[in-house]
Amino acid sequence: MNDANLLSASPYAPGLSVRNARLGWNGLELLSGLSFDAPARAWTCLLGESGVGKSTLLRTLAGLIEPLDGVDIWAKGATNTSNSVAYMAQQDLLLPWLTAADNVALGARLRGETPDSAKISDILERTGMTDRADARPRELSGGERQRIALARTLMENRPIVLMDEPFSALDAITRAQLQQLAFELLGARTVVMVTHDPFEALRLGSKIHVVRKGDNSGAVPFSPAGTALRDPTDPSLRGSYHAIMAALDTPKTPENQGNAAA
Amino acid sequence: MSAIVKPLIVFLGLMCLWQAAVSVFEIAPFILPGPIAVIEVAIARADTIAEHAGTTLVEILLGLAFGTLLGSASALMMAYFRQARSWLLPVLVVSQAIPVFALAPVLVLWFGYGIAPKVAMATLIIYFPVTAAFYDGLRRTEPGWIDLAQTMGASKAAILRQIRIPAALPAFASGLRVAAAVAPIGAVVGEWVGSSAGLGYYMLLMNGRVQTAAMFAALFILAIMAVAIYFAIDATLRRLVAWQPEADPATFS
Repeated sequence: MNDANLLSASPYAPGLSVRNARLGWNGLELLSGLSFDAPARAWTCLLGESGVGKSTLLRTLAGLIEPLDGVDIWAKGATNTSNSVAYMAQQDLLLPWLTAADNVALGARLRGETPDSAKISDILERTGMTDRADARPRELSGGERQRIALARTLMENRPIVLMDEPFSALDAITRAQLQQLAFELLGARTVVMVTHDPFEALRLGSKIHVVRKGDNSGAVPFSPAGTALRDPTDPSLRGSYHAIMAALDTPKTPENQGNAAA
Repeated sequence: MSAIVKPLIVFLGLMCLWQAAVSVFEIAPFILPGPIAVIEVAIARADTIAEHAGTTLVEILLGLAFGTLLGSASALMMAYFRQARSWLLPVLVVSQAIPVFALAPVLVLWFGYGIAPKVAMATLIIYFPVTAAFYDGLRRTEPGWIDLAQTMGASKAAILRQIRIPAALPAFASGLRVAAAVAPIGAVVGEWVGSSAGLGYYMLLMNGRVQTAAMFAALFILAIMAVAIYFAIDATLRRLVAWQPEADPATFS
């Protein structure tokens, strides 16, 4: 694959730093004391059970919501993150009235720019969607829709890509294909991916942070051996897997200890 | 094909029943004329009825146009400016709470006996369904789309124009369908209160002269007009929101 042109299009991909984040929703604190670094040009996975505030964290990083207080987020070498991130959600968020190609060009259309049609066809080809360029989202399968969402993310060409469980709604085979495709195409970027699947984190993440409900100070990141894209069933990763599961399980605040007993 | 044939069979069946009832029970023609008598009168007075129907049609279409414009503008303002919401929402509710039937005499007093008060009446009667449906649609935009657009650096106006308005079109279409169905009511009520032309006027006139068959003929034409307007608008709207899956919530994801 000739990817020199597209993938090196972002000359500098900053890393991302979060210090002492305290996040919440409607004034209710979800998690606190969260600090982590997302190294440049690598995948960082944020792993945690449902409802710990992973999505809130990602939306805060994207500049969509304000943190409660005390949080210090910056892209290394840049003043703020809001202009340098692309966002990919669990739902494909394709606009049903636009064709696949027009959905890929959404960012340019929204900014009133003329979409670069050569770049669109290039990206559609890389995501294997050239044949489906004129299809409406409802005519596409779940995997195809997520491919278009990935193409739309690539089209934005931002140095930092934030992903919120982008593959969780897909079947196992399609998920594996899309993980691989995303990993290849987003290679030169700084990716922060939220997931609840330890295997996905082990497959893709250079760094894995376990996010827990309540206080997250003192949480240690995992750096599984070998280069991503790993085979998560590799016996050498068993240690990392158990460590991650243990970290997901402890420590408990008094209230969710009650939940676990119930 | 059967979409046209089936209602036609029902319609013809009802006509036969009607004619049979009139013939069997020997109902006086000034109480209930049979459909054959009605059709005969309709043909005999085709010119007069067509003239009145033209007036009513213009009133309905103008009312639809003004009501849709006003309603869409109100909905867009309420969706775009937070301030506009608190100002316009009470107006919206009041516009529906006061029955147009009660306003009709005042409108005739203000705008005279021409077509203006009827257009005003039709406008008033459809303003609420259009505004309410469109505003509701504009408010219910998928939040993820707005998140995505914001990370892409879209302006508020671009989000409204390219995401919220297209997303609200199905809701807008529902409002417009209701409007198309009720607009003739506004026009005809206006004509009843005071006018010198239109199907409503003609029906009152024929009623006073005990020419019941002519009255039914006018009613018949009014119904055909209303149905035609409804289906014309419905077909246009269907083409406009062809991307929306129909009656199948399972395909939403």
